[in-house]
Amino acid sequence: MERRDVVIIGGGPAGLAAAVELKKRNIADVLIIEREKQLGGILRQCIHDGFGLTRFGESFSGPEYSQRFIDEAAALGIDAMTNATVIDLSPDKVVTVAAQDGLKRIQANAVILAMGCRERTRGALAIPGSRPSGIYTAGVAQSYMNLYNTMVGKEIVIMGSGDIGLIMARRFTLEGAHVKAVFEVLPYPSGLPRNIEQCLNDYDIPLYLSHSVINIVGDKRIEGVEVAQVDARMNPISGTNRYFPCDTLILSVGLIPENELSLAAGVELDVRTKGAFVDESHQTSVPGVFAAGNVLHVHDLVDFVSLEAESLAESAAQFIREGELPACGIALTPSPEIGHIIPQKISGTRDFQLSLRVRKPVGKCKIVVRQGEREIKSVSLPKAIPAEMIQFAVSCEKISSGEPIEVSVYER
Amino acid sequence: MSDKRTFTCIVCPNGCTIETVFDGDKILEINGQQCKRGEEYVRQELTDPRRTIASSVPISGATLPLCSVRLTKAIPKREIFNVMREINKVRLAAPVSIGHVVIQDVCGLGSDVIVTKNLPKATEA
Repeated sequence: MERRDVVIIGGGPAGLAAAVELKKRNIADVLIIEREKQLGGILRQCIHDGFGLTRFGESFSGPEYSQRFIDEAAALGIDAMTNATVIDLSPDKVVTVAAQDGLKRIQANAVILAMGCRERTRGALAIPGSRPSGIYTAGVAQSYMNLYNTMVGKEIVIMGSGDIGLIMARRFTLEGAHVKAVFEVLPYPSGLPRNIEQCLNDYDIPLYLSHSVINIVGDKRIEGVEVAQVDARMNPISGTNRYFPCDTLILSVGLIPENELSLAAGVELDVRTKGAFVDESHQTSVPGVFAAGNVLHVHDLVDFVSLEAESLAESAAQFIREGELPACGIALTPSPEIGHIIPQKISGTRDFQLSLRVRKPVGKCKIVVRQGEREIKSVSLPKAIPAEMIQFAVSCEKISSGEPIEVSVYER
Repeated sequence: MSDKRTFTCIVCPNGCTIETVFDGDKILEINGQQCKRGEEYVRQELTDPRRTIASSVPISGATLPLCSVRLTKAIPKREIFNVMREINKVRLAAPVSIGHVVIQDVCGLGSDVIVTKNLPKATEA
């Protein structure tokens, strides 16, 4: 059986950044396995700009951002197998790949999960009504329009205010379609404020908060949607129904980390992130299996995906050299106001990066990391919203015991 | 006469909420921006709001039928659809690479339309 030091599953921004950083840390034998014909992942279809502002101080389109990493990987001589789908990952890190020249099995010393995420679909929302054509998730519409030159419709309604839906609202408008409205079931937007501004407000596209599509009408092609206002428990309020004729319904209702392979390998998943439980090294519950990027938790910005993937390289390299990493016995748990945190456990002997999202928008607030009575770190913020991931470094200096650590948010 | 307006800064992902009091194009009070680019953004919005846009154009001889493009500099907001009309006239042939100028000084606005994707010639299978 072929052997490799590191197999990286997925050639998108997380996989590419991890590969480059591992190579720079003198791990010579790195293989990226990518399902598509080209590297780059979802960025290939994200043709809008705004990528790289944090990392490069410049605003690039998605393809330009990923090309920087593809070029660097090529210059470092990193092996990439494209058009190849990993169909199984075993707990002892045997990777089974369906490649162009047949089925292959590769024994890896370390595996990096970088499979990204998937879109939630109509099925997940259980919208009643008929099942006509003309209903797409935002990312599918994006690939049709930006990669395959296929316009999805002319009179468009968008359900959900996720960032991809907002970006697509602008894209449809620029290409001559009419976006009638965006409906969001929550009382606040799911996407970033700047995307509400530059994708909806700039083009006078109305956003209706606390509204949901409650019925889809149409036989062969969708003809319209029935929309109602919802109450605090997200139940439709009777008497608020309105009918919006349309030929297309776009769903932008959330992303879910893609973890079928992780489960096959016995990786434990966190119900909050729907990604792996990881330690400060981004190592999962299976030793030598690491995770970064959207497969671990859904990010808002690719810049932070790259950083996260790079940050695991040091530990992955250490694992390959030494065969194990320091035990991480200190549990981190979020308070009920916090949706999720990464990592979920730490060693207490190393500084670490903490990532979290609040469940509901809060104004001026303080995020506090506490072990028992002792405050380990606190960060004051002008506001915190679920659409924005909060990240900061935590020093291990004040961690003095093996007691669990709690992360809380206090509005001030 | 002064007016109040709340801006969402689009310069970076922070997306600061900026509260302002202004008179015409003169800012009297400004609060909420985390950096000085926020104030520049508000001043620009009050006098001459500008945006960048990205789109795609048909390409022949590549593995994909479309090539992505973007503007190198922001253009006045009111010119967006005029620029889209010019971009829609463009036809490319592979190979093209990132940075290739497709339209120089589009509509005389001082911004170029450039290719943002490397698309080599499709090889015969």
